[in-house]
Amino acid sequence: MATTTPARGAYTPPPGGTGAASNGRGTWRSRLWRFDDKASPYAYIAPFFLIFGAFGLYPLLYTGWIALHRVEMTSLDQSQWVGWDNFAKILQDSEFWTAVTNTFVIGVISTVPQLLVALGLAHLLNYKLRASTFWRTVILTPYATSVATAALVFALVFRADGGILNWVLHFFGAGNTDWGNGEWTSKIAISVIIIWRWTGYNALIYLAAMQAVPTDLYEAASIDGASRWQQFRKVTIPSLRPTILFTIVISTIGSMQLFGEPLLLQGGTLGSIGGSEHQYETLSIYLFNYGWKLGHLGPAAAVAWAMLVLLLLIALINWIVGRFMRKSAA
Amino acid sequence: MTTTSPTTTAPDLAPAPLPTAPGKGRGRFKMGAGQQLRGGPFTYVALVVVGLGSIFPLYWTLVAASHDQQRVLDTPPPLLPGGRLWSNLQAAWDQAHLGKAIVNSVIVAGCITVATLFFCTLAGYAFAKMRFRGRGVLMTAVIATLTIPPQLSVVPLFMMMSDIGWGGKLESVIFPTLVGAFGVFFMRQYLIEALPYELIEAAKVDGASNFRIVWSVVLPVARPAMMVLGMLTFVQAWNDFFWPFLALNQENPTIQVALGQLSASYTPDQSIVMAGALISTLPLLLVFVIFGKQIVGGIMAGAVKG
Repeated sequence: MATTTPARGAYTPPPGGTGAASNGRGTWRSRLWRFDDKASPYAYIAPFFLIFGAFGLYPLLYTGWIALHRVEMTSLDQSQWVGWDNFAKILQDSEFWTAVTNTFVIGVISTVPQLLVALGLAHLLNYKLRASTFWRTVILTPYATSVATAALVFALVFRADGGILNWVLHFFGAGNTDWGNGEWTSKIAISVIIIWRWTGYNALIYLAAMQAVPTDLYEAASIDGASRWQQFRKVTIPSLRPTILFTIVISTIGSMQLFGEPLLLQGGTLGSIGGSEHQYETLSIYLFNYGWKLGHLGPAAAVAWAMLVLLLLIALINWIVGRFMRKSAA
Repeated sequence: MTTTSPTTTAPDLAPAPLPTAPGKGRGRFKMGAGQQLRGGPFTYVALVVVGLGSIFPLYWTLVAASHDQQRVLDTPPPLLPGGRLWSNLQAAWDQAHLGKAIVNSVIVAGCITVATLFFCTLAGYAFAKMRFRGRGVLMTAVIATLTIPPQLSVVPLFMMMSDIGWGGKLESVIFPTLVGAFGVFFMRQYLIEALPYELIEAAKVDGASNFRIVWSVVLPVARPAMMVLGMLTFVQAWNDFFWPFLALNQENPTIQVALGQLSASYTPDQSIVMAGALISTLPLLLVFVIFGKQIVGGIMAGAVKG
């Protein structure tokens, strides 16, 4: 960076020099030059912050304001102060707590298997393979599939009567399962959609991290007589720890956003209330139902803030666990 | 610069994954690759199983879209494509305004992709190669925005959009996504490695203004990464569901919104829904078949953080 200084300095004339006319022009040019140099980086990053400010940060704060008001879908320009009523309303609603539990449960049973399988898959892809790009592309195809398409196909697969999964399972002696209406089976169905869409993507992220592990670590381990499994556990996993943490964070935030899968699993009116018994209603569905189906935007905004609080809680737990893990490792 | 041949761009992306060690990046990458052992038969069996699992739902979309509903829900279900594909596609096209929806999706995803490429390259360049006060803090702020789910701001966003007259219009789904944190980060990582300071210095000595440098030095160097980012952005914009579903209505949907509404109708014909799903997925699958290698490389390059 130091090398820029002489180039720029060349345009800076001495402050009190003679020959005012030509010097004046020099100062002007130099000022323009300096301004260009100083302002350009800010100009280049400004679009991001402007867009984020207008459509991200401002609405986020505005949500807090709406959460304290009564705003109806039918008259968006009118609002009435109600204080904490909206929060009281949702916190006393058992459906809200069902949605919190469901979001959490689906988050766990979709994230844990997904990341474990992705880890194993990345390990396999890290071998020297024939047509390695082909395999990588194949496991990534679900990523190219939209949540709507994935949810609709799996809705057919998990159908109670005439679903392809029940047909396959009957060969193993299983009776007809009503996947969508069961307390657990519906959550499993939704998790399967999530796992299907994201495992390949996470596997590629792990693979990239695995390829960055220096070879000497493995050499040292094998000199010490470590088996392949021991190498995987003692060398690969610790080296991947930051990446694993990263994918856990991303998946946690992702599960907070679960919307298309539950909305379309059974479709129709059942989708927008998360099943006949709300058995797979997530927080996003609850927010959508309150704000867009029932038309009460105040409580919907309160749900959004509740989600923010939950995210911060999860981040805190994550941080504490991470600290604890680092301490126990050291 | 070879712009048309995508295969030549792949090696250029290799150094990007290791942003924190600019000098050592290439070497370490190779070392990691040297560690690879040959995969045994078990590896291939496992990959075939996972591969079939990845492909089957898409294949079954095609199967279901090519029979009538009765046959699709029969036991045993059909496992081979039938002969009704064309009529189902036509029915889906007519029922859900899919023609308009596709045009809308192309407009939305196209605008978002072009804007993302331009703005993210500019910002990525500034964060990678320019010195300015607050650079570190601002970069952290950019990354931090990744952790905010869109759910937190949709209620006021909806009100704002109807307030400024964008309610139900494509602008309401285009503008909030014009530039993304991932893209900024991605371009920064790439340019840190790929753009030598000497090039910028040389242009400065020649008296080039900062924007001139961006135009004739940064953009050509950034092109391979821009191509990958463009594809990733397009895929994401095309598939986006939550906000478009809330913001747009039946008369003016994107393809994903139309698909959601097709299935939300009271007695949806499953094979027509599947035909719609097929229409919405085919363009992306095509992109994947052609540029799969670049997309895989891009995801892996964007993945590793310092």
